[in-house]
This record gives sequence, structure tokens and C-alpha cells, in this order.
Amino acid sequence: MPKKTSVARRNFLKSAAVSSAAALVPSSVAAAAAPAPAAAQAAAQGPTAPTPQREADPRPDAEDITTDRPGGDFMVDVIKSLGFEYVASNPGSSFRGIHESIVNYGNNSMPEFITCCHEESSVAMAQGYFKAEGKPMAVLCHGTVGLQHAAMAIYNSYCDRVPVYILGGNTLDATLRRPGVEWQHSVQDAAAMLRDFVKWDDQPVSLPHFAESAVRAYKIAMTPPMMPVLVMIDGGLQEDPILPEIAGRLRVPRLTVATPPQGDSGAVAEAARLLVNAQNPVIIADRAARTPAGIARLVELAETLQAPVVDQGGRMNFPSRHPLNQTAGGRRLITNADVILGLELTDFWGNTNASRDALYRSSRSIVKPGTKLISITATDLFSNANFQDFQRYPEVDVAMAADAEATLPALIEACKKLLTADRTRVMKERGSRFADASAKALADAREEAAFAWDATPISTARMQMELWAQIKDLDWSLVSSSGNASGWAERLWNFDKHYQHLGDSGGAGVGYGAPAAVGGALANRKHGRFSVTIQGDGDFMYAPGVWWTAAHHKIPLLAVMHNNRGYHQEIMHLQRMAGRHNRGITRAHIGTTLDNPNIDYAKIAQGMGVHAQGPITNPNDLGPAIKRAIEVVKSGEPSLIDVVTQPR
Amino acid sequence: MKTGITLAALLLTATIASAQAAAPSPSPAAQTSAPAGNADAGKKLYSSFGCYQCHGYEAQGSSATGPRLGPKPIAWAAFSRYVRRPTNQMPPYTEKVVSDADLANIYAFLQARTAPAPVANIPLLK
Ligand code: HEC
Repeated sequence: MPKKTSVARRNFLKSAAVSSAAALVPSSVAAAAAPAPAAAQAAAQGPTAPTPQREADPRPDAEDITTDRPGGDFMVDVIKSLGFEYVASNPGSSFRGIHESIVNYGNNSMPEFITCCHEESSVAMAQGYFKAEGKPMAVLCHGTVGLQHAAMAIYNSYCDRVPVYILGGNTLDATLRRPGVEWQHSVQDAAAMLRDFVKWDDQPVSLPHFAESAVRAYKIAMTPPMMPVLVMIDGGLQEDPILPEIAGRLRVPRLTVATPPQGDSGAVAEAARLLVNAQNPVIIADRAARTPAGIARLVELAETLQAPVVDQGGRMNFPSRHPLNQTAGGRRLITNADVILGLELTDFWGNTNASRDALYRSSRSIVKPGTKLISITATDLFSNANFQDFQRYPEVDVAMAADAEATLPALIEACKKLLTADRTRVMKERGSRFADASAKALADAREEAAFAWDATPISTARMQMELWAQIKDLDWSLVSSSGNASGWAERLWNFDKHYQHLGDSGGAGVGYGAPAAVGGALANRKHGRFSVTIQGDGDFMYAPGVWWTAAHHKIPLLAVMHNNRGYHQEIMHLQRMAGRHNRGITRAHIGTTLDNPNIDYAKIAQGMGVHAQGPITNPNDLGPAIKRAIEVVKSGEPSLIDVVTQPR
Repeated sequence: MKTGITLAALLLTATIASAQAAAPSPSPAAQTSAPAGNADAGKKLYSSFGCYQCHGYEAQGSSATGPRLGPKPIAWAAFSRYVRRPTNQMPPYTEKVVSDADLANIYAFLQARTAPAPVANIPLLK
């Protein structure tokens, strides 16, 4: 059906505005009064006159069938002011107006349209992109079908404290919707289904309202704790001409991103006192380093105190080979600690307690009585009730509702002020013990990696070390790692730059790995970084269309698959149930494995224009395959290697 | 990565706990020396009973899911007791689902694993 609606509506509104009487009369009278003089005459003839044919909606004005300045153009002005490089989207009619404005009026640049095959891919790409770039990426979605597809990835981003900037299309005016699909694709309150896991949303009713909300949304998303935001954009606002009386009110509001909240000075002083006087302090970091500065600050704090750091890897927090990186022996250190500093921890309780998944679930504290717990997390500034990602309640001694990275400079300064010659000597001794322990952890990991070195299926250690051997001299970035490959990379590779490790999904929603990797690689492209991902097979199958996106947009990315031919976590869960229930211990594969037939991932990728090899089952074939793939990636394209691996 | 490290840390304590738990508590399977078993039969059972899921097909272990079991598995008495009544995250395998004879075969399979080449001989691990 032709788009009679919007232009006509605006014309109608215009005439309603000039005629003061019409503005006040009920819509039925106004509708009759608006278009035709004939109708007006008929109305004037009084109650005896024949009833004029009622016009439900305004008629198109035959002369006014185009516009050079649709509302979507102004929306693009606003969006450009926010500095988005890309907008990821699976195209949809509810945002066709702004889509057209982006590619024509906006010249498809800043933002450039990235074609996605699924909204979950769009959002997860934006999640990976942010963690590599430090800037949000925009996503355009249908308000109904699109947001429902996107929901899982939005939840992941929310849990992962990643700002994703989502614009959702919708047609608000029910009397102007096209019959059929536009109704299925319209919604009264689109954000209702997401409100538990977006930080803020709005549905602007005018272009000036859009401008304010768009800028406000960006600011809210970027204020820690950072989270996704949603701005709904009405189809009429996108498509209709900008009316002269509105044009005068249009301006792009200035963005000032809020400075992240810093811990209270009294609490900082107390934390410093505890840390400096501690015999066995431990620092645990999860999403602590938001920027490269965060790593440097954490290094400075750890070195000031000569305190060990346990990196939980929600972000790239701490160099993996720094002598104070004691992630490998972390649990033992925690049980022995007298002061524990938790920086942006997802789960402080889980770090200080052990729980057992047995017929009767149980848990116990693993820290010594009297151990002081200090928490710095911006998550204390935001709470939602419904989704339970907040974990068990941690009983801490000092709780700073603040951004850890922003608080570190003050904490470092406060610690330095308290240092005495005596404390410095004790700390130095402590530090030298950790240097020995970290060297030993690396040697132990190498010894362990040697087991099953020549096995088929290929060991996850071998797979990751074959990869490391060939990327270690490049400016590499591990953009994602899905499927749980036993953390060999984190134990054996040398991570020291902020883009070398981008954390995980946050919400443990499978399907994050591939699109987040493509998004991270997109961010890395202009910096000339070499992006690699360890790609789980279960994850691959959620929305594999993202490989086409990678090929289409020439996003260089090396994906090495950890293909254990199953949802292995679930295989183990089923085995656990069977063992616990004393039966069926040979049936854990039912409903959990991805074999019979085996999926040919290389063929799928090839079918989408991605250079791909495999399945590789002989470990000796892996090195040469990686070598070939690296050449392809260096030429600016994605490449995938399907490697059949050990379960973990 | 997060899950991996958390579990790795858990496993460290778990292994210590299991070694301690392995001391007293008499059980019919707790003989001091291992009964004769068949490593080939054991290999199949190790796979079909799902031991491989957490400990790897070669019993090499994983920091994320379960420790290395071979070569040189822990003593038979401790081994069989742990499989029957694990004290931490491992699911139990009682006599009802795994006979002593099957377990002895699995044990033989674990004993038959070979030690890896020294790290010094594996260039990628140097
Ligand atoms: C769902 C995962 C899982 C499965 C399946 C599993 N294990 Fe375990 N196993 C573990 C974990 C985890 C540990 C470490 C201790 C703990 O947490 O219970 C362990 C420990 C052990 C130990 C003690 C090792 C030591 O050094 O103390 C033995 C022996 C063992 N497993 C044998 C087996 C055998 C034999 C099977 C198959 C019949 C099996 N496991 C199946 C997870 C598993």
C-alpha cells in the first residue's frame, strides 16, 4: 500500500492548526471539515442535509507527494553529533525513514550501516565493539519483532555493563498504520518487554523531544554502571516533512558525558588504611579496567602494595605475566587473606564462599574470620529487582558505591601517604614471593598443557598454543572466546594491552561469541589489530548469519573453532543428574550433542563467503591451516578453521 | 574465561579435599591394590559413562571441569571411594550404576595412559 498516511497527516495537522475552530472540535467533525469544501457545504446545510461520506483519514494532497526534508534527516543530524561510527541493523520497515536518511542524507558515514542477519547479532556486535573501542555503537531494530530477537543480547550487555545504543522503529498513530503487518509491528510500549534490563528508554513524540532524548540516552548509557538504552522512533516522525513551525525549534543538544563517580574520601582513606596494614591483602578485579588507564592504575595500586591480583577477566584488567598476577593460585590466596579488595565484582559472595552442587546444596565461607572485605562497584548505584544477576548478598566492611577505575587514583594516593619504611620492607618481601609463584604457575601450566598434546580430538591446550605461536608477534586482540576452552590462553599467552581481552557475554547467554567477535574485530580494523576468536560450536549455530556480515563488510577476523560437537556444559549437567539419580549414566548425550550428522562449519562459512578450512582432526594439520588463514585475514577478510576438539 | 578460572580455583581446593577424604571410611571397594582390569574395555566405559566429559578423553583433565586422572591415577582405594562418594563437585557413580569390575577396567585404562613428552621437547610450549 502506498504511503498516503504520513504526508497527509501532517498536512491535516497543519490545517487543523491554522483553523482555530477545527483545533477544538472533536476528531469526527474535524475530519469531515478538513479536506473538501463540498463536505463543509454539506455540513452547513444543517441536520436535514444528506450525511456526507465520512473520511476516516485525511486524503493525500496530490501536489504534495515528496519532501526534501524528512524528520529522519534531523534524527541523523542528532545521531551524527553523538559520533557513532556504525549502526548495526537487520533492515525493517518501521525504521525505513531513518534508514534512508542514514544512507542518503547522512551519506552512509558516521554512522555507516552494517547489515546484520539477526537483531541478536546487531546488539552482540555492538557489545563486542564497545569493549574494544570504548565507544558505543548504534543499533536499529524493529520495535516489536526486532527487539524480541535482540532481547537476549541486550540482557547480555546489561549484565556485562556495556552501553549499547538502540533505536527502535514503531508506528504510534493507529489510524495511520498500513493494514496488516504494520499492526503486528507496532506496539504501545515497546520498552515494556526490556525495561528490566535497559537502563533508560523513551518514546519521543516530536523531533525536539527526540533530540533531547537521544542525547540524554547517550549520557545515561555512558555513566557507570554503563548499560544499554532504548529510544523508540516513530515512523511518522522519521518519514514526514519537518514542518516549518517545528523547524524553528530544532536544535541538537550539547552532550556532556558525566564524570564517573569516585569513592567517598572517608571510605577511600579507610580502605587505604586496611590495605597498607594488611599482612595478606588480595585484589580481585572483574570489570575494573574500563579504559587503558584502568590497567595502568591497577598495576600502580598492586605495585604500591605489592599485593597479588586475581583477575576474573570481565575486562582486560591486569597484565597476565605481571609477577603480581596470581590468578592461578587465587583461591588459596583468598582463603589466607586478611583484607580483600573487590573491584567491580559481579559476585563478591562467590569469591569468598564455596558452594557445592550436590543432592543437597550447601555452601561455606572460605575466608578467615575477621577478614576485611572492601568493595568498589558502580553497580551499587543501580538496582533492578526482577532479573537476578546481582548474585548473593555480600557482607562487606567497606562498600563504595563508585566506579573502581575512577576511584583508583585517590586510593593509590591515600595508600602512598600511609607507607612507612617498615611497611615498605614487608611489602617488598611479599612481592618477591609472588614473583616466584607466578613463574611457577606459568611453568606448571606448560607442563599440564603437554598432556594429550598429540590427541585426537585435538586438545584445547594444543589448539590455543598452535594459535599463539603464530599470532604472538602480531598486534593481536582476542576479541572473544566461547565454548570454554579451559582458559589456556589466559594462562599461557602474554596479555598486556587493553584490547587483548574483551571479557565475556555477561549474562552467559550462548550466541554472544560469534557476533561479539565480529563487533570487536570491526572496532579493531581501523587500528590495524589482528583479531582472533575461539569459537564454540554451539555458539556458532545461534545466528550464523553474522559470518556473512563479516564477509560482506570485509571485517578481518580469524576464528578458530573449539568444536566439541555438543552443548558440553549441558552434557555435564545431564551426567550430573544421571549420577545423582543413580541411573542412565550412558545417556547424557541425548538432547545435548551436535552430531549425527556432524555439522560442517567450514562449509557453512564458505557458503556465506568466508574463507574456511576443516574439520581438522589431526593436530599436526592445525599449524599449516592457521598459517593459511592468517594470510587471508591479513588481506582484510574473515577466515574460519573448524577444529574438532576435546570437550574442554 | 571467568567460569574457567572460578572452577579452576574450586578444583584446587576440591583436589585437596578429596585427598583428605580419601583416608578413612571403609567401603567394600576399598581394597588396597587394584583388581585386574582391561584397559581396552576401560577406554570404552570411560567414554560411555561420561568420565571423559570432565576429565578429557585422555584423562588429561581441565582447569575448568575436572583434574587429570592419569597416567598414575591415585591409589585404587582412594580412587574407587572417590568415584562412589565424591566430596565436592563430581557427580557420584554408585555400585548401582558402575560395577566394581567396570571401575577396575576404567582404572586400568587410566594406568595405561602414557606420560607426555617433556615440555622442553615441545617447541610450542617453550
Ligand atoms: C560432571 C563432571 C565429572 C564427571 C562426569 C566425572 N568427574 Fe571425576 N571429578 C570431577 C571433579 C570436578 C573432580 C574434582 C573433585 C570434585 O570437585 O569432586 C573429580 C575428581 C575425580 C577423582 C579424584 C581425583 C583426585 O586426584 O583426587 C577421581 C578418581 C575421578 N574424578 C574419577 C572419575 C571417573 C572414573 C569418572 C567416570 C566414571 C568421573 N570421574 C566422572 C568431575 C567429574
